[in-house]
Amino acid sequence: MKDEVTREDRVANLKGMGCSRKRVEDARFTQGKGNYVDDVKLPGMLHGDFVRSPYAHARIKSINIDAAMALPGVTAVLTAKDLEPLGLHWMPTLAGDKQMVLADGKVLFQGQEVAFVVAADRYVAADAVELVEVEYEELEVLVDPFKALQSDVSLREDTLDADGKAADGAHGPRKHPNHIFKWEAGDEAATDQVMDSAEVVATEEMYYHRTHPCPLETCGSVASMDKVNGKLTLWGTFQAPHVVRTVASLLSGIEEHNIRVIAPDIGGGFGNKVGVYPGYICSIVASIVTGLPVKWVEDRMENLMSTAFARDYWMKGKISATKDGKITGLHCHVTADHGAFDACADPTKFPAGFMNICTGSYDIPVAYLGVDGVYTNKAPGGVSYRCSFRVTEAVYFIERMIEVLAIKLNMDPAELRSKNFIKKDQFPYQAALGWEYDSGDYQTAWDKALEAVDYKGLRAEQAQRVEDFKAGKTRKLMGIGLTFFTEIVGAGPVKNCDILGMGMFDSCEIRIHPTGSAVARLGTISQGQGHATTFAQILATEVGLPADSITIEEGDTDTAPYGLGTYGSRSTPVAGAATAMAGRKIRAKAQMIAAYLLEVHDDDVEFDVDRFVVKGAPERFKTMKEIAYAAYNQAIPGLEPGLEAVSYYDPPNMTYPFGAYVCVMDIDVDTGVPEIRRFYALDDCGTRINPMVIDGQIHGGLTEALAVALGQEIAYDDQGNVKTGTLMDFFLPTAWEVPNYETDFTVTPSPHHPIGAKGVGESPHVGGVPCFSNAVQDAFRPFGNTHTNMPHDHWRIWQTANDLGLHD
Amino acid sequence: MIPAEFEYYRPASMEDVIALLEEHGDDARVMAGGHSLIPMMKLRMADIPHLIDLQGIDGLANITVENGKVTLGAMVTQHNIIGSDALTSAVPILREAALQIADPQVRYMGTIGGNVANGDPGNDMPGLMQCLNAEFHLIGPDGERTVEARDFYEAAYMTDREDEEVLTGISFDAPSGGYAYEKQKRKIGDYATAAAAVQMTKVDGVVATASIAMTNLSDVPVWSEATADALIGTDCNEGAVKAAIQAMLGDIDPTEDNRGPVAFKRHAAGIVLGRAIARAWSRT
Repeated sequence: MKDEVTREDRVANLKGMGCSRKRVEDARFTQGKGNYVDDVKLPGMLHGDFVRSPYAHARIKSINIDAAMALPGVTAVLTAKDLEPLGLHWMPTLAGDKQMVLADGKVLFQGQEVAFVVAADRYVAADAVELVEVEYEELEVLVDPFKALQSDVSLREDTLDADGKAADGAHGPRKHPNHIFKWEAGDEAATDQVMDSAEVVATEEMYYHRTHPCPLETCGSVASMDKVNGKLTLWGTFQAPHVVRTVASLLSGIEEHNIRVIAPDIGGGFGNKVGVYPGYICSIVASIVTGLPVKWVEDRMENLMSTAFARDYWMKGKISATKDGKITGLHCHVTADHGAFDACADPTKFPAGFMNICTGSYDIPVAYLGVDGVYTNKAPGGVSYRCSFRVTEAVYFIERMIEVLAIKLNMDPAELRSKNFIKKDQFPYQAALGWEYDSGDYQTAWDKALEAVDYKGLRAEQAQRVEDFKAGKTRKLMGIGLTFFTEIVGAGPVKNCDILGMGMFDSCEIRIHPTGSAVARLGTISQGQGHATTFAQILATEVGLPADSITIEEGDTDTAPYGLGTYGSRSTPVAGAATAMAGRKIRAKAQMIAAYLLEVHDDDVEFDVDRFVVKGAPERFKTMKEIAYAAYNQAIPGLEPGLEAVSYYDPPNMTYPFGAYVCVMDIDVDTGVPEIRRFYALDDCGTRINPMVIDGQIHGGLTEALAVALGQEIAYDDQGNVKTGTLMDFFLPTAWEVPNYETDFTVTPSPHHPIGAKGVGESPHVGGVPCFSNAVQDAFRPFGNTHTNMPHDHWRIWQTANDLGLHD
Repeated sequence: MIPAEFEYYRPASMEDVIALLEEHGDDARVMAGGHSLIPMMKLRMADIPHLIDLQGIDGLANITVENGKVTLGAMVTQHNIIGSDALTSAVPILREAALQIADPQVRYMGTIGGNVANGDPGNDMPGLMQCLNAEFHLIGPDGERTVEARDFYEAAYMTDREDEEVLTGISFDAPSGGYAYEKQKRKIGDYATAAAAVQMTKVDGVVATASIAMTNLSDVPVWSEATADALIGTDCNEGAVKAAIQAMLGDIDPTEDNRGPVAFKRHAAGIVLGRAIARAWSRT
């Protein structure tokens, strides 16, 4: 009977790649048994809280901590003066700038950290914050980056030279004291030339508003300095724990082996937890000063007001084409509002991230991109919110420009896209702004999407709706949002991409236990992506042991191999590749063991699902389980005992996932309320590891896209006050606001990735935002609309209708 | 989100509540569900040194519908309202409105007494209570008294209730005829961009009586007699509804916030009212 186990049974038993294995993480999360930073409770632990600036721009005349220190339970109140002797009153940012840890002489944004109160109890700390007396002298506030570039007010006096002029920054010369950098890609002269002689040119200005990743768990850390053995342990909400260890070592002078960084369960990151925040530094310093563990966990308002924002790009575009719709050139200029400190989380050489992917999915021969970064009195950041570095901005830009060009050409925007796609046989494709796309089959995906939604039928229905609207039969318009996006993820080749000098490889280390189970540790860290589920599946397929017998561990720098962390959809493209490569090393050794056990030559055995079989004699085999046991317990000539492997993977190129999205929306012209009737998302992320996890990723990314497109923003008034500091005003959609998503796929593997996977977590956000926005804009297109800015909340949609005279 | 220190009381009798209020004056507040007050305290926008929880008082959570008279204890939750067959049958507008307040988790805790007593212009029940011409029952050191909902609200968070008084219940006559509670909001859990409560009766094909109140369009709920008058005697034709909207626009006074500018809110108020009238009329 036992011989009746079929090959299919053995494949199913592994729960390897391609299987919708249930998430192993969910048992603890759904039972409230997760272990987050705020769950870390240590004996004698103190609690920190910040005094924050109520002003967006002010000089600090004095800080009086006496009353706070007098409150029973208060241990310390740190100010910049206390951090200065340690050289920690400022810290380097990931973007080559520096940022105040605690306000040094002035404050530059509302909510900025001014003093750090440490107390025995979280409540006492909050009470003491109110007792710290800070005297401010208000200064002129600059919230508009264009005005900032004209202003006589220098926000960052520390960046000026002796003559009061703007000293060169990390990315070259600066043209004004409030200017941070100018970054360019492509050929401007050639682009201008094409534009000047083009048959058709469409232009548009668009503002991609400031928003925030808003993970459900806010940022926090617990630092514990053991003065006896000199070791610092730091728990924190870190998307890149190993980088945090290195940076902490470089800043503090504590040797790296004496620092242990632990990123426990993380409740969402979306880019918000890539950077280093003053709270982390202050908790470390406070622990060193007091000799006790110190916890800092921010609240929701602090998270929204002071930790890394996303977007805030003012984009000016020009696109040229022939009369029949062949695109000939693209010109893009961005004025990038970076806030008070340039704390963008981008690879060092890319101060505007991968914005130069803005030629999108189209074969555009000539292009130019220029980005000017600007200081303003807003919170620092500029992180990639559920996207690779600035890719959401790039895709929004090109997908809006395509729509604008289609209007100018009076051409169907689906047809215009088809006409300009990079063709299947053009891959690997060299884009005008420098990237080499690895693989794609855009037309196939596009045709599949348009057919799935009956695109022609939708357009006919929309035309009828316009007629009915004009005839007074309805007050609802119908919009069809289209998007075809190409992402650039998986940073990245070390030759191109580093963060603070650290090359962006990643790693996996595997130990197979004698009984045929395993533990694998990676340099990444899940924040909800389900790594413990999916990386075990990669390994299951690669080494032939059941995924259920493989434990995945991440986030503890004392045990995990060095890696650059999880963001920019890099875990599967980079650490996933390392996992496959390490698995193959295991398999290579297993092959030798199997051959020895079967008494044949190494070349005479081959891998088959969960075993090595003698070629041509499938009844003669050794299972991986048997091989693992032998690896430890049998003396095999010429082989070391044990079955372990480690791989550090430096990818040869990025990966380029793509997708085709269609949104059908009905808009109430009178109330401005949009209703999403249908959302179809086709994603091609190459090889699919776990279809259920992919669907979950797509639902999540689309929901964050819906949020950003339809209302989620960090808004400031002209005095730099944050108007959207709570979840009442900062739009976080609930199940009620979210439509039913239809997902679909094609599979175009990455040719350079060991398993052909491209990454998927961010695609739906990147493609979703322009798709929702295009649907809104498309509804008003028959009445003369070419572009309106996001977020498309009720009043702004109403305003568009009003401006078009639809309420008259 | 850490409140300042406060004393917490959970008295077992209303006499004890009144005694605490008399002792601490405006340093004390009573709490029903706490879903407005506690966030305010956590944000340190409300400093309440003495917090008196009403959960320990018996008899404040009754719902009675007798002889056309509806009485609701102050501690009746939105969830209780939604689940009460007697209320749904006698005052269907109450359930329709309660379902549009916050989300299920909040509705399990949030009470009608807290909703009407807090004086928050964003709350839905004050306008609805004005529409229903409800009476609020208060108790204080000098005994009990009754105030009409239409006279209760003075300004945002300012009401006719004295510091030493507790709102114990609400009563009103069960309405007849058609009804509608129409609310535009940005998302679940949000206050209204604009909301309208409409009750009306029909006799001989025209509106016989009407009562209309608007929410979150001024610093107090707006019960607009002129709006109702514009409908009475009409069959709610387009001209009548337009006149009603015009009358309503004369009584509201919205301010700009993240929900939008004044022009949008006024427009939305008109649309919401028009839809509420249409639905109420269709139900007469």
